[in-house]
This record gives sequence, structure tokens and C-alpha cells, in this order.
Amino acid sequence: MLETALDVQPIDLMAARLQMALSLGWHIIIACYGVGMPAITVLAEWRGHRTGDPNYALLARRWAKAMGVLFAVGAVSGTILSFEMGLLWPGMMGVYGEVLGLPFTLEGIAFFIEAIFLGIYLYAWDRLSPRVHLLTAIPVLVAGVASAFFVVAANAWMQQPTGFDVADGRVISVDPVAAMFNPATPAQTVHMILAAFMVAGFGMASVYAVSLLRGRRDRYHMLGFLIPFAVAAVVTPVQIGVGDWAAHFVADNQAVKLAAMEGIFETQRGAPLHIGGVVIDGEMRYAVEIPYGLSLLAHFDPNAEIIGLNEVPEDQRPPVNLVHLAFQVMVGAGFALLALSVWLAIVWKRQKALPRSAWFLRAASVSGVLAVLALEAGWIVTEVGRQPWIVYGVMRTSEAVNPAPGLVYGFVLVAVVYAILTVATVYVLRRLARDIPVPVAPQEADVSDYRIT
Amino acid sequence: MPLAEILLAAMWICLTAYALFGGADFGGGFWDLLAGRAKAGRPQRNLIEHSIGPIWEANHVWLIFVIVLAWTGMPSVFAAISSTLYIPLTLAALGIIARGSAFAFRKVSTELWQQRLFGATFAASSVLTPFFLGTVAGALASDRVPPGIAAGHPIWSWVNPTSMVSGLFAVGTTAYLAAVYLTQDAKRVGDPALVEAFRSRALVAGGVMGVLAVAELIVLSIDAPQLFRELTAGRALPFTIVSAAAGVASLVLMWRRSFLAVRLSAALAVTALLWGWGIGQYPEILPGATVDEVAATESVLSANLIAIVVAGILVIPSLWWLYAMFQRDQRPAETVPDK
Ligand code: HDD
Ligand code: HEM
Ligand code: HEM
Repeated sequence: MLETALDVQPIDLMAARLQMALSLGWHIIIACYGVGMPAITVLAEWRGHRTGDPNYALLARRWAKAMGVLFAVGAVSGTILSFEMGLLWPGMMGVYGEVLGLPFTLEGIAFFIEAIFLGIYLYAWDRLSPRVHLLTAIPVLVAGVASAFFVVAANAWMQQPTGFDVADGRVISVDPVAAMFNPATPAQTVHMILAAFMVAGFGMASVYAVSLLRGRRDRYHMLGFLIPFAVAAVVTPVQIGVGDWAAHFVADNQAVKLAAMEGIFETQRGAPLHIGGVVIDGEMRYAVEIPYGLSLLAHFDPNAEIIGLNEVPEDQRPPVNLVHLAFQVMVGAGFALLALSVWLAIVWKRQKALPRSAWFLRAASVSGVLAVLALEAGWIVTEVGRQPWIVYGVMRTSEAVNPAPGLVYGFVLVAVVYAILTVATVYVLRRLARDIPVPVAPQEADVSDYRIT
Repeated sequence: MPLAEILLAAMWICLTAYALFGGADFGGGFWDLLAGRAKAGRPQRNLIEHSIGPIWEANHVWLIFVIVLAWTGMPSVFAAISSTLYIPLTLAALGIIARGSAFAFRKVSTELWQQRLFGATFAASSVLTPFFLGTVAGALASDRVPPGIAAGHPIWSWVNPTSMVSGLFAVGTTAYLAAVYLTQDAKRVGDPALVEAFRSRALVAGGVMGVLAVAELIVLSIDAPQLFRELTAGRALPFTIVSAAAGVASLVLMWRRSFLAVRLSAALAVTALLWGWGIGQYPEILPGATVDEVAATESVLSANLIAIVVAGILVIPSLWWLYAMFQRDQRPAETVPDK
């Protein structure tokens, strides 16, 4: 029943891809806060109840307020995405929508739970006993992590499509569970969920690092920095290990993507690791080479064979420079954040205080941006590295795109709306951050005018 | 077992819930738009904000379920609809973005100009979004979305008599539902002036809806004769009658100030309308494409139905708790328990 009628204009295809990348790349940042921020907020609330220290309670309140904004923006920017799956990629959804369906249906459940309990958590703070209030956060945490798992499982299917049979361009049998738990799912979902905690943790810590730098070194700002930073710092080394797992997965299952990540053109044994460098005329230039590095890292064997890009025709290669650069940025950012975390850990162990150097706080105040950079770079590796396939090895992106005319105008419109949305979101969040908190008596309904503001 | 039909029914239940709950949230924006100048309109806007605040995000998940179930249960239909109706759907999606974020921004902004700017965005997009969604419904009702990818006309599929009237009808429905719900909310917070304000709005909106309903039927009789026949003489006739009767009853109940009962009858009128449309169109989803031909494979249908049952078990009690909590007394408990 599906036949692509019209020829697609290249500019419309480009517009569709950019629109998808823009709206996903935007949503993912907010979504990371949706996954990570409730946990960190609840941690502060719980400490507040345990210790009776009003600083914790105040922090929890303020984070909850920001969460109200972020969650709204996350919800609507996510809704757009589910429209766009059909608006931009009807060729894929019309055939494989049913294969991809189950994780999205389950994700819908997670959204419901998250939205309901977040409504209760944020708006019923003063109506519930502290214990019940803390408990209402648990479904929010679980649902946030679950929704990240489900969407990324759907994306993993696009990397490693399994669980279906096709005849004559029609799907004839599907194993939805096998499709959801495809080989790419484990590493990709774990890597993503950890990334969400890093983005949220470093991002929240950055705000307080700026305040500390400006000399507001009271306990409130100290705790506001330490709680989220500690969460993110604990996750970072684990994340690097999981990144290694993801890389092994790519090496074993998406050889062309690995070749693009490393700029390897000739199939070779004992392949070197390229650090930096650009590809010019089908050759990697100006890169620092670590002999045998890639073979060793990808297959634990210095002489393992690495497939080069030249093995596949040119129209089946992803854009090498973008993928290579993005991979470098992600790994670089990951190690930089690790170094920062280790720095704090060592100093804290010795003197129970922050490192004295202002450079620590300076670095910490950009750690949130760095984590977002790693996040976006990682998605570029994954998604651009998969090109020209939308469903790896099965369907090309150009076969999936909506052939209706004028997609490019839609993209322009969407880009304008997102630009405005970005400005407004940043503005509102900065205002929220700048309001001077007034510590009130511990249990005076914490901040009595907080209700439904 | 007719799995495809069950999944379709589940989708239609989600659509109904979206119309009843999400729709009322949009209607709140409609009245926000008409609430007048900043100072005079303050009490109305506060009530609207107060009523929508904790629940709108949960309410709009229904829409996500409609979309996901569409692409899971009938992938080719989803592809046909979204590729042909790409323009109104993009505009509706942008409206959803503008509305949700502006609402959240307004809530936390303190200065008047910001509240005005975000408030105006919230209100305007609350009207435009249901309009565009209504045009989509009109395109489907008048058989203007043929099977196949981008097979229909990108403009005339949704710029046509049925779509336009349906767009207005959708806006009217949201406004009417919101006025009905808000009257009771105003009564609960104990503000007689607001009760009167929303009661008269509900009466006016109800009258307008009656006119629009007649207009819709006239347009359908010319533009979508088959659906018109089903609605007025065929299988869907009982639903048409129930919808009309409940609509009239709502006006009477509102007039007589049975604010709680009118919530039910107004919801019934909308529900009967949606199901009448669905049943009138069944079994053809798109022109020449019946449910059996477009349904996903058995294993997909059953896996997703199991997921939907799980959803029901988890979500319905939680939603109940959410609504119950915020429908109780609005004043905060004075006794915040000390630890
Ligand atoms: C804070 C974020 C963050 C950090 C510090 C890292 N990553 Fe990452 N990475 C992601 C965030 C991310 C991501 C954005 O979340 C991706 C995109 C898709 C995915 O599942 O995770 C990703 C994808 C991704 C992929 C592609 C997987 C695929 O295509 O299927 C590889 C090979 C790595 N990562 C490897 C690493 C390595 C070796 C790291 C060591 C420093 C690393 N990542 C740090
Ligand atoms: C949220 C994090 C994600 C980011 C930042 C991201 C990024 C990108 C980018 C940059 C592209 C453009 C690639 C190109 O055209 O060269 C793309 C395409 C796409 N992505 Fe993702 N992606 C994300 C997650 C997902 C998920 C979870 C799904 C689906 C379940 C998905 C589905 C798609 C589709 C359908 C396309 C269009 C086809 C294509 O160009 O490959 N993405 N994404
Ligand atoms: C890796 C990618 C993604 C992650 C981790 C993710 C995660 C989340 C989270 C946690 C939320 C809750 C809202 C919040 O807290 O801000 C959310 C909202 C949403 N996401 Fe995403 N998402 C991703 C990509 C996508 C994609 C590709 C789609 C659509 C196809 C999507 C659809 C939605 C929808 C519809 C919502 C709104 C639900 C609500 O009302 O809360 N997301 N997403």
C-alpha cells in the first residue's frame, strides 16, 4: 500500500535531517535533566529531613521549581518528536512503525507515571507529610530512567534491526520483544542513562560553582555545588567504562561506523588510534597516531583486523570528518570531566574542602556545558555514523523521508521557534537562579509563598 | 479475537480522554485570551492557572498514546496521515510547544510585561492548536487523505469546508468544556463572581456549539455524504442522538446551576460525538483501506495490548489520586506536620 510517489528534493531531505537533529538534540538536553534532576533533588530533600538542616530543604525547593519549568519544556519538545517521526520519516514509520512500536507504547506509560507523580511532587508539597512526599518522588525517578531506556532501545533497533521479517516491502512477522532487546540495546541504554546523570549533575553544579567563584561561599551554595557534583563525579568513571563497551559493540557490529570514527580507509591489521586530524581527499592528515592503538582497544588484540571505509562504495559511507571530530570531542570531554572529578576527590579526602585554586571552580562552572557537549557529540557519532542508513543496512534515509514539497520551509519555521524557545528558557532559568533565596525557619512550610507560584 | 479492533478502540479511548481533559486545558487558554485586561482579568486567569497547573502535563500524554498507537497498530495509515497533512500537523505541534512552555514560563515570571507576553502566547496557541487538530479530523472525515505516502493534496486536504468547520468545532468544544469545568472549580474555591462569569460563558459557548453542530452537519451532508448518512440514518445514529440530547441537557443543567451534573453531561456529549464519528467511519480507516488491510501483525497487536492493560492498571489509580488531590479543598493544609 505504500509507494513513494514523488522524487525528493535533496534540499528537503537535508532540511528533514536537520530538523530531526535540531529537535532531538534540543530535547535530549532537557530530557537529561528530567532523568537526573529528580534524583538529585530528592537526595537533597531526604538529607534535609535526616539532618534538619534548612539549607537542604531550601535547595530541594528551588530545584523543584526549576524542574517544573524544565519538565514542561521537556514534555512539549518530546511531543513534537513523536509528530516528527511521521511528518519527516513516513517511509520508515509506514513500514517499521509496528516493529518500533512496543518501546514507545511502554514509554507512554512511563511518561504518564512521571507526569502524574511530578504533578503531585511539585504541587502537593505542603499537603503531604514529608515521608509521603518523598515517596511520591520514587515513581518519578523510576519512570524517568525507564523512559530513557525505552526511547534509546527504539533508537538501538535502528542501529541493529532485529526481530522482523519482510516480504515485498511489507513486514510480515514481528517479534516485538526481540526488536526491543536488540544487540545494541544494552550498551546504548546504559551509556545514555549515565550520560543523563552526568549532564544533570554537572549542569546543576555549574550554577553553584559560579556563585562560589563570586564569593558566595556559605553553606547553602557549598551544598548546592557538592550534591550534584558528587553524583556526577561518581558516575563519570563508570561512564567511561561503558563508553568502552559501546565502542566494542560498534567495532563488532558496525564496522563502517568505527572506520568513520577513526578515519581508517584501508583495511589493516595493527591499526593505529588517530587523535585529532582531518580527512582530506580520502586520507587522514595531521593526526597523532598511537600505533596498534585501535586494534588493541577495539578487539583487545594489537593485530586485530580493522575494516576500512574503502571496503564499501562511497554512497554507503557516513561523513567521516564530522563523525571523527564528534568522537574526539566526546572522549576528550569525558576524560576532562574525569580529571575534574578526581581532583576534587583527592583534595576532599585530604582536607575536607574544595581545592583552593580558583581554576577548580572555573573548570567546574563549565563542566555542565562540557557534559552537554559530550552528549551531543555522542549522538552525532551514533546517528551521523549510521548514515546513509536510517535503519542500519535495511532502509536508507532518503527512502524514508516525506516526499511532500516544501519541507525546507517547515524546517525554517521550526528553527525559528526553537531559537525563541531557547532564548526564553535560558532567560527564565537564569532569572530563577538569580532570585536571592531567603532561608526561612526550618519547617515554616519551608517557603510559605511557594504554593502554586 | 479481533485484536486490531480492540487496539483501535483503545486508541479511541485515548483520543476521547485527550478531548475531555486535554481539550479542557486548551479551553482554559481560550478563556484566558478573553479574560480582559491584566488587572480585571486577574481572578479568572488565576483560577485557570490554578486548575490547569498540576494536571496539564498528565493530560497531554493521552495525545502521545494516540500517536504511538496509530503508528504501532496501523503504520501505513499513520504514514499516510502525517505525510499528507504535514502542514496542519506541524502547526499543531508548534502550537503545543508554544502553549506548554509559555504556560510554564508565565507561572514563574514576576514582571507584568513577561506575564503578558507569555500569557498571550499561551492563550493564542491554545486556540490555534485545537483548530489545526480539528482540520486534521475534518480531512479524515471527508476522505481527503488517500492511502500512500503524501498521496493527498498538501493544501486542499485540510483547507476545505469540512476541515474549516471541524476546526472551529474543535475550538468551540474546548472552550465549552473548559467553561463548564471551571464553573464548578470557581464554586469550590468559593468565588461567586467567578461562578457567574464562567456560568454565562458556558451558556454562550453551549449555544454557539449548538449552532456549530448544525453547521457541521450541513457541511457534512454536502462534503462528506457517506459519513453524514451514517450519522443521521446509519449505525452512528444512536450516538448522534445521545450527543445532541446531552448537549441540550447540559444547557438546561447549567441554567439550573447543577454544576457537577453538567460536567458529566457535557463530557457525554463530546464522547458520543467522537464515537459516533469513529463508528460512522468504521471499517474504512482511509478511503478504500479497511482495518483488516492496514492493521499491524498479530504479535505486535497482542504485545501492545498487553502493554495497554499494564498502562491501565498503573495509570488509572494514579490519575485518580492526582485529580482527587487537586479537586479537594484548595486551601493548603494549615498543619504542615513538623517532623
Ligand atoms: C556525558 C556524556 C558522555 C560521555 C562523557 C561519553 N559518552 Fe559516549 N555517548 C554518549 C554520551 C557520552 C551519548 C550521547 O549518550 C551516546 C549517543 C548514543 C548513546 O547511546 O550514547 C554516546 C555514544 C557513544 C558511542 C557510539 C555508540 C553507537 O554508535 O552505538 C561510542 C563508541 C561511545 N559513546 C564511546 C564513548 C567513550 C569511549 C567515552 C569515554 C570517554 C564516552 N563515550 C564518553
Ligand atoms: C536524543 C538524542 C538524539 C540525538 C541528539 C540524535 C541526533 C540525530 C542527528 C544528528 C541526526 C541526523 C543525522 C544525519 O542526518 O546525518 C539524527 C537523525 C535521526 N534520528 Fe537521532 N538522535 C537522537 C536520538 C534518537 C532516537 C532516540 C531516535 C528514535 C527512536 C532517533 C531517530 C532518528 C531519526 C528517525 C533520524 C532521521 C534519519 C537519519 O538522518 O538518520 N534519534 N538524529
Ligand atoms: C535519547 C533520547 C531521549 C530521552 C532520553 C528522552 C527522555 C525523555 C524524558 C525523561 C521525558 C520526560 C519529560 C522531562 O522530564 O523533561 C521526555 C519527554 C518526552 N519525550 Fe523524550 N526522550 C528522548 C528522545 C525522544 C524521542 C526520540 C521521542 C519521540 C519519538 C521522545 C518523545 C517524548 C515525548 C512525547 C515526551 C513528553 C511526555 C511527557 O508528557 O512528559 N523522546 N523524554
